[in-house]
Amino acid sequence: MTERNTDIKPSKPPIWNDPKYRSLFFQILLIFGVGYFLYSIVQNTLSNMDARGISTGFAFLSEKSGFDILQSLIPFNSDSTYGRTFTVGILNTFLVSALGIFFATLLGFMIGIARLSNNWLLAKLAAIYIETFRNIPLLIQIFFWYTVVLSAMPSAKNSLSLFDSFFLNVRGLYLPAPVTESSFLYTTITFVIALIAVFILKRWAHRRQEKTGQQFPIFLTSLAVLILAPLLVFFASGSPLTWDIPTLKGFNFKGGITIIPELFALLLALTIYTATFIAEIVRSGIKAVAHGQTEAALSLGLTPSQNLRLVVIPQAMRIIIPPMTSQYLNLLKNSSLATAIGYPDLVSVFMGTTLNQTGQAVEIIMMTMIVYLTLSLLISLFMNWYNAKMALTER
Amino acid sequence: MYVADKILPELPAPSNAKGLVHWLKTNLFSSPLNILMTLLGLYLIYKIFPPVIQWAFIDATWVADTREECLGEGKGACWAYISNRFGQIMYGFYPPEEYWRPNLAGILLIVLTLSLFIKNMPKKLWLGAFILLVFPFIAYILIHGGFLGLPEVGTDKWGGLMLTLIISLVGITAALPLGIILALGRRSKMPIVKSISIIFIELWRGVPLITVLFMASVMLPLFLPQGSDFDKLARAMIGIILFQGAYVAEVVRGGLQALPKGQYEAAAAMGLSYWKSMFLIILPQALKLVIPGLVNTFIALFKDTTLVLIIGLFDLLAIIQNVLGSDASWLGFFTEGLVFAAFVFWIFCFNMSRYSMALERKLDTGHRS
Repeated sequence: MTERNTDIKPSKPPIWNDPKYRSLFFQILLIFGVGYFLYSIVQNTLSNMDARGISTGFAFLSEKSGFDILQSLIPFNSDSTYGRTFTVGILNTFLVSALGIFFATLLGFMIGIARLSNNWLLAKLAAIYIETFRNIPLLIQIFFWYTVVLSAMPSAKNSLSLFDSFFLNVRGLYLPAPVTESSFLYTTITFVIALIAVFILKRWAHRRQEKTGQQFPIFLTSLAVLILAPLLVFFASGSPLTWDIPTLKGFNFKGGITIIPELFALLLALTIYTATFIAEIVRSGIKAVAHGQTEAALSLGLTPSQNLRLVVIPQAMRIIIPPMTSQYLNLLKNSSLATAIGYPDLVSVFMGTTLNQTGQAVEIIMMTMIVYLTLSLLISLFMNWYNAKMALTER
Repeated sequence: MYVADKILPELPAPSNAKGLVHWLKTNLFSSPLNILMTLLGLYLIYKIFPPVIQWAFIDATWVADTREECLGEGKGACWAYISNRFGQIMYGFYPPEEYWRPNLAGILLIVLTLSLFIKNMPKKLWLGAFILLVFPFIAYILIHGGFLGLPEVGTDKWGGLMLTLIISLVGITAALPLGIILALGRRSKMPIVKSISIIFIELWRGVPLITVLFMASVMLPLFLPQGSDFDKLARAMIGIILFQGAYVAEVVRGGLQALPKGQYEAAAAMGLSYWKSMFLIILPQALKLVIPGLVNTFIALFKDTTLVLIIGLFDLLAIIQNVLGSDASWLGFFTEGLVFAAFVFWIFCFNMSRYSMALERKLDTGHRS
């Protein structure tokens, strides 16, 4: 027997073949490559802007804008600064995205459940709806609804009116605006207190049901508390609320709240388009819940609607949430198509008009992109938190 | 005692458990709620379909030479407008006597691609490589011209459906390799490669395509050294490719993650280098897994090409919106144009999504539960 030689170690590869040094080398190379690329872009941009006489920096944000915006949630006129146009644009983007997410979720859930209905006609109608609107580009749909909405509306002179305080014409829907006096604050405070009370009540009812099995009519009680308590305080403090009713002055209505047709058309298109995707997500989520769950629920004596509400949807939610997040993000990003019909969102007001007037492309495009990036990040963080909350807690 | 020594003949199903009445009862009128839903559905159908059919078919004007023939009481859609401007809708401002050039390129592409689907076609890999690497140049020479005695047609003259197809096809072919590289980078063990890939992917995925197109059309000229100039189409294309690359990367990453770890380990155990193990073992399997996802990405890209109208390129929708919308001899038929554009996009997208679903069924090897 020869003695085993235990001294042999694996021979070290030459340094250019050692994975550790190789990866280090490649990464250093990459850093230099990307760094040089960015450096040359910055250099080129600076020299190009210099040659074309474009000024740099963010001083333009405090200059007077000199144009008016069709719809703004905060006071704005042509004396306001470019910085304010930025805020107005963000708020308008927020508005249409939030409304769109709300309505698209609602419609999407309805259509998704309808497609699974055992009513043949309903299921087929839902399928036709999904297949039609999912396969048409959003921009075409926005144009379409915009022309339809505009052509269906009467002119300002022949406005449709309801109770002489609601008006509808080609320039928009005019609603009375609430004007609150200072003592309205009490009503607001009561409402907040009622909200907290309902929250506590709900937890108490839940704990009691866990312990004793007795149910508490939580929905009706909450509704009563939420409506009656603020109403009582409202009248007790002397109804501190008046309405600013829109009136026809010259060719246009003044006062009140205006919902412009652009908002309406954009909202309609975003809702209809996104709802098709949400419906498909909801459908596949519900179908992924094992049929045994439904059978078990029905054999326990739950009604079909209780089964859907208490057994199927909570389980389906876990599958639904991640793809739903990306649909919400898509809706937010798609709301930038507003610029095609002139709804004053961030892209249209800031990256359109402001960019055209100031010419400061780099700053403006960067700011716009950062806003969208931040919003995307926030939505996905929130949805991740919600997802973790809904996830199956395994014991 | 009676013993049945033969099987009794089957009785027909009771009359209330078969036939039209039974079907109606179970599928449409099974409960009060269902009856309500059915009636609501019938009402919807009654409200939507007859007027649309009346407008689009029965009252429509199919042949007309002037706008006036389409106008009048009780006249529906004016399809004559579409057929009169068909050339522009398909090719934009491309000179009509040169229409054969894009046509030829299109037919070539269709023939080449279809031959990939023939089962026993020899040398499929080479054919595929030819389509991806050589064909684009042939198509460019054909459509752009300026070589071989073909008169030059600049990209500013390209438009219509032709431009829509060119943008989306070039977009997806160029975005695929970019996306694969980015996906591999995102799963790399080298921290710097990984973080650069993640930043790149999330940056493009977090912003709307419009801002990317704006950036490409306004900022790109500033980024480049003075004197170098791209035309508008090329700039838009660069924006679309970068944007689309990030989306493709995420789809491919899904495929890479779906492969069992054993595949990576087996490849390493065979002594394959990184690139060999990727190209010979991992990517062929991962890409096959994600073909349906890639088709879906392509559908999204195809629909998104309509956005180029905002930076002033004349794709199918832009021709209808801008050019024909301000065409005095056919004013006022915007709705018809939109419906036609919607119909064209719908045909393409619907068939692609059907194809993707069929592929998903065909490729499903049943390994996943």
